[in-house]
Amino acid sequence: MASLYERLGGANAVNAAVDIFYRKVLADDRVNGFFDDVDMDRQIAKQKGFLTMAFGGPNSYTGKSMRDGHKHLVARGLNDAHVDAIIEILGSTLSELGVAAADIAEVAAIAESVRKDVLNR
Amino acid sequence: MAVRISIGDTSFLSQDGESLLDCLSRNGVSVPHSCRSGVCQSCLMQVTAGPAPEAAQIGLKPTLQQQKFVLACQCKSDQDISVAFPGAAGGDLPAVIAGKDRLNHNVLRLYLKPDGDFSCEPGQYLTLINRDGVARSYSVANDPARDGHIELHIRLLKDGLMSGFIEKAGIGEPVTIRGPAGSCFYVRGDGAYPIVLAGTGTGLAPLYGVARQALAHGHTGEIRLLHGALREADLYLVAELQDLALRHPNFHYIPCVLKGEAERFYRAGNIEEITMSILPGDKSRTHLFLCGAPEFVTALKRKAFLGGVASKHIFSDAFLPTKSAPVAA
Ligand SMILES: Cc1cc2nc3c(=O)[nH]c(=O)nc-3n(C[C@H](O)[C@H](O)[C@H](O)COP(=O)(O)OP(=O)(O)OC[C@H]3O[C@@H](n4cnc5c(N)ncnc54)[C@H](O)[C@@H]3O)c2cc1C
Ligand code: FES
Repeated sequence: MASLYERLGGANAVNAAVDIFYRKVLADDRVNGFFDDVDMDRQIAKQKGFLTMAFGGPNSYTGKSMRDGHKHLVARGLNDAHVDAIIEILGSTLSELGVAAADIAEVAAIAESVRKDVLNR
Repeated sequence: MAVRISIGDTSFLSQDGESLLDCLSRNGVSVPHSCRSGVCQSCLMQVTAGPAPEAAQIGLKPTLQQQKFVLACQCKSDQDISVAFPGAAGGDLPAVIAGKDRLNHNVLRLYLKPDGDFSCEPGQYLTLINRDGVARSYSVANDPARDGHIELHIRLLKDGLMSGFIEKAGIGEPVTIRGPAGSCFYVRGDGAYPIVLAGTGTGLAPLYGVARQALAHGHTGEIRLLHGALREADLYLVAELQDLALRHPNFHYIPCVLKGEAERFYRAGNIEEITMSILPGDKSRTHLFLCGAPEFVTALKRKAFLGGVASKHIFSDAFLPTKSAPVAA
């Protein structure tokens, strides 16, 4: 059977999802405070990396890079509620793109698996 | 962990978290630089021994990356490295000032004649280095390969090191140019998509280049160029742009004056709002070019993206000012 990443459509799916996902993030008052002062081009590139990982695709994330990459956000108050919100936004992005519920659940599980590293616990 | 940085026949120990630029500056080695943000590329150096950190190569051309060129302001190595100034291998080219004219009360048009082949897409930027080693980025307003010279628009700043130098410099003054860099340029595609170009101040330079290039390639989609100014006197190239609009029915020139009056040839108001109000209905196909003041570029980029313009169709250059060195702890 095709892998999750292949079923979703690989890099094309990431490219299709990134604008929708990041627009939702910027429009969401629960989380957009963390994105106020960052360069949009760099953010889009980072979000593509995140989506590739969450879609089960090839990625170079390690527990350590996740921890290092989010340390400054944890210092600014990043917590479980924010991670919940991001996973929720990810789900609504995918359902907007017509992804099946079972695949969305798989993506959410992958995103869930990095929660501890993201929150530096 | 301290690492050793060698240049020529001297070497220095870098402090924790210090960039290559800061380490060399602290030790009295002068490196041309300006933005300290990895954008202007004026701090280009080459790693001659040791690895080139990937983060210091973002935005560099693949050919330069392969030759281990790095941006010194972004270069934090965790291993000992040897570095050198770029020279001709980094694309440095001698040029002379071939002409100057005034475009308005504080903008100069500068013509440079490169001593050798220089080609770039209109709208990209180059680094201009003067005889004192001052380096600044400027956007190219024309097609140098076609015209045989480079056209830049330079805003004169009070106490500006480079703009002051250019104001005084005579015809024939030698300078060095490096580049080009940047992705603000016309991409041919099917030639029918809508283009919106919005810039403040000398942000017009790259947009003027992109617009003329699109028209030269027979672009058929609507092209709207918005030039933002504080006062009417800060606009420039008005007659040329009005003439361009007369000759090309799909080209529209929309000057915007913040402190303007009603019923003039321009629109009175904020260029950000005016741009948002004229974005074509076909937002997902629209290519948007934004240049000029960093606050303007950042804010409008976000607004337009949230308004439906695709991130891959937004091309921007924030004219970042020169940043001074961090104060030693
Ligand atoms: C990618 C890129 C493209 C650029 N393209 C152009 C271009 O096409 N045309 C152009 O004119 N400039 C352009 N710039 C800006 C240019 O590189 C210089 O920063 C600018 O010309 C000032 O240099 P200077 O040496 O004259 O002044 P500096 O010696 O650097 O500064 C003199 C004084 O002016 C202040 N200052 C600097 N910038 C501003 C500002 N924007 N508003 C108010 N005060 C300021 C400084 O704080 C300082 O006190 C571009 C910058 C970048 C990063
Ligand atoms: S890129 Fe290093 S100083 Fe601008």
